[in-house]
Amino acid sequence: MNISWYIVLSSLLFATGAVGILIRRSPMVILLCLELMLNAGNLALVAFSRMVGNQEGQVFALVVMVVAACEVVVGLGLIVAIFRRKLPLDVDDLRTLRG
Amino acid sequence: MSATAWAWLVLLFPLLGSITIALGFRVLPARAAGLIGTVAIGAAFACGLGVLVSLLGEAPDARHHASSLWDYASAAGLDIKLGIYVDPLSTFMVLIVSGVSTLIHLYSFGYMQSDQGYRRFFSYLNFFVFSMLLLVLAGNFVLLIVGWAFVGFASYALISFWYRRTTATRAGMKAFVINVVGDIGLTLAAFLIFRELGTFEYEDAFAKAGQVFHTNEWTITAICLLLLVGAFAKSAQLPFHTWLPDAMEGPTPVSSLIHAATMVTAGVYLIARTHPFFVLAPTAADVAAFVGLATLLVAGTIALVMTDLKRAIAYSTMSQIGYMVVGVSIGAYSAGMFHLMTHAFFKALLFMAAGSIIAAMANEQNMDRMSGFGKAMRFTSITMLCGALALAAFPGTSGFFSKDEILAYASARGGMYLIFTVLGYVGALLTAVYTFRLVFRVLPGKPCPEAQELIDTGHVHHAHPFNPATGEEEDTDVGFPGADHHIAEQSAPMRVAMGVLAFLALFAGLVQVPGVDETITHFLDPVFADSPLTQIVPSVGASWFGLAIGAVISLAGIGIAYLAYVARPELPGKLEARLRPLHTFLYNKWYFDEAIDFLIVRPALAIGRFANSVFERFVVDGVVTGTQGTVRGGTAFVRAVQNGFVRSYALLLLVGFAGLALYFLIQSS
Repeated sequence: MNISWYIVLSSLLFATGAVGILIRRSPMVILLCLELMLNAGNLALVAFSRMVGNQEGQVFALVVMVVAACEVVVGLGLIVAIFRRKLPLDVDDLRTLRG
Repeated sequence: MSATAWAWLVLLFPLLGSITIALGFRVLPARAAGLIGTVAIGAAFACGLGVLVSLLGEAPDARHHASSLWDYASAAGLDIKLGIYVDPLSTFMVLIVSGVSTLIHLYSFGYMQSDQGYRRFFSYLNFFVFSMLLLVLAGNFVLLIVGWAFVGFASYALISFWYRRTTATRAGMKAFVINVVGDIGLTLAAFLIFRELGTFEYEDAFAKAGQVFHTNEWTITAICLLLLVGAFAKSAQLPFHTWLPDAMEGPTPVSSLIHAATMVTAGVYLIARTHPFFVLAPTAADVAAFVGLATLLVAGTIALVMTDLKRAIAYSTMSQIGYMVVGVSIGAYSAGMFHLMTHAFFKALLFMAAGSIIAAMANEQNMDRMSGFGKAMRFTSITMLCGALALAAFPGTSGFFSKDEILAYASARGGMYLIFTVLGYVGALLTAVYTFRLVFRVLPGKPCPEAQELIDTGHVHHAHPFNPATGEEEDTDVGFPGADHHIAEQSAPMRVAMGVLAFLALFAGLVQVPGVDETITHFLDPVFADSPLTQIVPSVGASWFGLAIGAVISLAGIGIAYLAYVARPELPGKLEARLRPLHTFLYNKWYFDEAIDFLIVRPALAIGRFANSVFERFVVDGVVTGTQGTVRGGTAFVRAVQNGFVRSYALLLLVGFAGLALYFLIQSS
């Protein structure tokens, strides 16, 4: 199968995730979209790995998954903390760190 | 034990005493604190005798030892040791300082007994003695400066001892500030010495100085003049003398120990110690000698009109230190040191007697109100008379031999130095007159009310304590001797101290009689042997001729004082009325305070006010707010990016990465 299909799918997934981050305001959905972008990257890595014929790309995909897991832990932790403080779950309202 | 081991013990005891009293002030009974302090200084004196004995056991040329405990600072090319230098000069000073200090501690043991700050007083006093001994024993210029600054602090702490008394705290500050000016001079001199000679150690520096410098080269002259700034500030010579009369605000034992017998003579010791430099810079030595001469005359004239008992004696101290400075500067080293010794005895004694009288007057120091203490306080008046005779150089007393030895040397050196002999004798006449002015005003006559009270009841007059200078009520809680003091010659330790000093004031001159026994000259000879000026020795005949003139002048001075204050008591008033401008001029101390205020203090204040109102407000503030404004303005764009919207950050990231990717794509194709 041609590599182009994988890359097109990966790009579509990545674009979906990016648009989701840009237009949605719920931190939960933003996290999901982030995950989508990371996995788009993973898909591309695995596809290229198969094309080239060695396992290095797959190792990278595994590393990305670990990073993603860590990121989700921190992100969900933040969301729980925000929820507990009864703050609005809306990233546009949480903007105390402006310059 | 070696001489240096004894010398280290000399330093140890006062330090231990000071620390013990300071740390144990809550648990020690007051008497114990006084006892510890006195015994510590007595032990230091005993160890000083040990140094003397072991030095005398050696050949005269071998009587100099350097010893160090450890390296004080060691860096590239710089090696400063915590070291002492023991030679006849430092031993001589150690014996005077520790000996007189022992007696004054003994005096204080009785004098301060009703003072709330008794322990504090003895801790300070021991610390002072330690610092002074460190100053005289120091083996290099760095340790000398350490000791020099320590005595300055001790002097400050003791002048301001009654710290609720505004005049006392002000006097302390004045003394400290003027002394710091001297410290700066001394420190700069040490820098120059190190730059030119590469060492701080006395022995090396003096040995190298002769090879490095030409006579009167500007560097050695500068070094000597800077040393003189230090010496003049410490020894209250013109124009740095104004702190000394004010320092009389401190308790009388302090005036006696620090501001008469020991610390103020440190400048004389410094000049004698660094005499190899002054031999190479005769101009600087002449400057020192003329300043000494000017001081002795100016202070002598002021002492004639002072009405404050202690301040009059303080001016006399300045005048006598003028003689010593003249002595060590023109080359009469041992004569100058001899005068230092006899002066320590009789001036300490005079202050003790004055303290006794002031205590009997319930802290009133104005002589106009005193009279008739000869009957009321027999012991004090006899000892005061001994001290006054020595100060006025009455024939046979200690001051008689020491003062005339300096003047005899000056005339033997001849030429320009004859001025010192002639004006020195004028000063001697002034000395005799003002000394016996004090005596005749205080001792004879009809007893004043306080003296009468003492005669009638045997009790010291008690008044509610007021500061005579400002009229403020004294705070007896912090240690001002309050209404319940019972001192004034009635305590045995005071009598012992005054008795010993009276004996020394009368007879200490006999160790150095021209042509008979010149003990001090022989003892100090090895130190000064390298100076060509010691080749000049006044002949025995000339010395005795000088002594004869001195005797006549002294008797004439006493006679004048008798005429003016006993035989015809209306005379001084008439003279004062006739010479009103002169009297005002002298009474205002030649307007030195006002001149310094006008020339230094006011300009400094004006510069400070200008710096505050103009420089600080416009220049400094302008630069600061300007910088702040520039940064704030320049960063407005950057701050706008940080708007707090997470999604806009994400968009920026995305656009940025897309841009980067586009760039690399175009590059690679």
